[in-house]
Amino acid sequence: MTLNQLKSSFMEQSVPIHFPHWRRRIYSIIGLLIALIGVVAVATAIGSVHIPFLTTFRSLLSQLPLVDITSGLSSTTETIIMEIRLPRVILAGLVGAALALAGAAYQGLFRNPLADPYLIGVAQGASLGAVVGFTLPINWHGMGFGIIPLLAFAGAIISVAIVYSLARVGKTLPVTTLILAGVALGALWGSIVSYLIITSGEKMHGILFWLMGSFALSQWSEVKVVLPYIVVGVAVILIYSRSLNIMQLNEEQAQQLGVNVEKVKLILLAAATLITAAAVSFVGTIGFVGILVPHAVRLVWGPDYRFLLPLSVLSGAIFLILADLIARTALAPTEIPIGVITAVCGAPFFLYLLRRKKRVVFF
Amino acid sequence: MIKLELQSVDIAYGHNMVVKDLNFQVMPGEMVGLIGPNGSGKSTIIKAISRVITLCSGKIMLDGKDVFKMPRGDLARSLGVVPQMSILPSAFTAFEIVLMGRNPHLGLLQYEGERDFAITWRAMEMTATHSLAQRKVGELSGGEIQRIVIARVLTQEPKSILLDEPTANLDIRHQVDILDLIKNLCLENNLMVVIALHDLNLAAQYCDRLILINNGQVHAQGTPEEVINSQNMKEVYGADGCVYAHPVNGLPAVLLKAGNSHHAKPRGVIRDGIV
Repeated sequence: MTLNQLKSSFMEQSVPIHFPHWRRRIYSIIGLLIALIGVVAVATAIGSVHIPFLTTFRSLLSQLPLVDITSGLSSTTETIIMEIRLPRVILAGLVGAALALAGAAYQGLFRNPLADPYLIGVAQGASLGAVVGFTLPINWHGMGFGIIPLLAFAGAIISVAIVYSLARVGKTLPVTTLILAGVALGALWGSIVSYLIITSGEKMHGILFWLMGSFALSQWSEVKVVLPYIVVGVAVILIYSRSLNIMQLNEEQAQQLGVNVEKVKLILLAAATLITAAAVSFVGTIGFVGILVPHAVRLVWGPDYRFLLPLSVLSGAIFLILADLIARTALAPTEIPIGVITAVCGAPFFLYLLRRKKRVVFF
Repeated sequence: MIKLELQSVDIAYGHNMVVKDLNFQVMPGEMVGLIGPNGSGKSTIIKAISRVITLCSGKIMLDGKDVFKMPRGDLARSLGVVPQMSILPSAFTAFEIVLMGRNPHLGLLQYEGERDFAITWRAMEMTATHSLAQRKVGELSGGEIQRIVIARVLTQEPKSILLDEPTANLDIRHQVDILDLIKNLCLENNLMVVIALHDLNLAAQYCDRLILINNGQVHAQGTPEEVINSQNMKEVYGADGCVYAHPVNGLPAVLLKAGNSHHAKPRGVIRDGIV
């Protein structure tokens, strides 16, 4: 059998194996997309003020273009649905999608199952920025939100920029150096944050609440700011999913298969950092989503990044919307920090998956 | 004329020169063996040709083009590499790993199509790995993994293949399986093959030409008979009188006997551990 025969024979002979798992994964993507729409609707319908499900769905449908239904609701109900609940649900979905995708991208980039979006100092940088914002005496409000998200975003980006420049060796960026520099700088920021918390006096409660994450103050203005970052970042990461697959071999083999490893590393690092920073700057450093969701997806659907990444986006969004639903309803009117919910609900589910598939290698 | 050509290549790790003034050519349909002791620079040469490490000076030309000035995708379409020990991500299936060889043929936003699946499948048939297609590579043996990596190289549809010790860690049957496969591919597809080998007997049996490398320099090159002789073996490996003619085909064969080393003469006896 020669390569020429190979080339000429591909037309007449179709591949004798089927790709059932590929088809299954594509159906799963469609299924999760439908589930996401359902979860958004249900999460919008549930809350401290009782609004019937059907009323909520009619109200949501009436907002869609090309749908000719009038909601026929009182303006108060309409406001609760459209201005309080829906932006919160959408923001939770966006943040969940961003963190899960960034986690999956970092895990692939570092070929390390323990990687999460906060590994190289994003969270600690954002926390430092936010805590500095809390302790500042100024009280600036522009664009419909305070100075804290801006400082958190800046802190995250600056932190990763420092890590990146420290870890760079010549023209290459060794992954191990990057992780070590990130962990070391993160520890430094963490200790400064701890000091600032201890000395913050009566602001301590607000700081701790931010650090554990909350969607309590979500508004459309925040959604509008976060959305473009996350859409662009997600698109970029999804485009490079095949390269990410090949980089699982190792950097040498990836180069020999035509992947420009250093370029792909830089692009993925920038995109994943950007969406993580955008996600945490408004709602705080919500833990566990970024490490748990990609692994759960991997356990169920396998390691192929072309499916792992979109499935993580959808699963992350669904997971965080549900977690926020529990956070605001379980002890209503008291809000539980969402980081508590993600860990309390996520860990047992993840351990169940791990037990069920314990004999299967999955990373 | 399509050929692979190294022109006075120097390679260094830091200040340590590992390859000095290396020159050789490989023609289509030719299988060239790189032999030499550990640390002589065989793997380094393979890495340089596939552009994983950079040169200090000199040029590597493939089909008249400088390898270091080609886009990586172009290079991967004409040159495939089988590394020494392939550590594959264990959760991927064999088919998914072989399919990765289509990467240089696909655009950034392109998915694999029927044609890519067909080429992948045929490459797996050629390497007799198609029965493993749906198995996870973490469950496969060393010989199976090596064949899968060769299948992946074939799906790249390259004009030349570099192999770095593809038979290290394999038993004798698998060594012969792999090298027969490569030899046939080389002849039938007019491929240029450069293969680094430790085993001088296998190198003599399979290669059209051998390049004996010592301390980063070419010590001898030519046919197996010209390169594997008593004098070269003594000068490079310090092994005396070990070259014989193969009883079947007369090619040089290296047979060792115990107690012939110049280096490891024990000077004392270790009784109760090392004192």
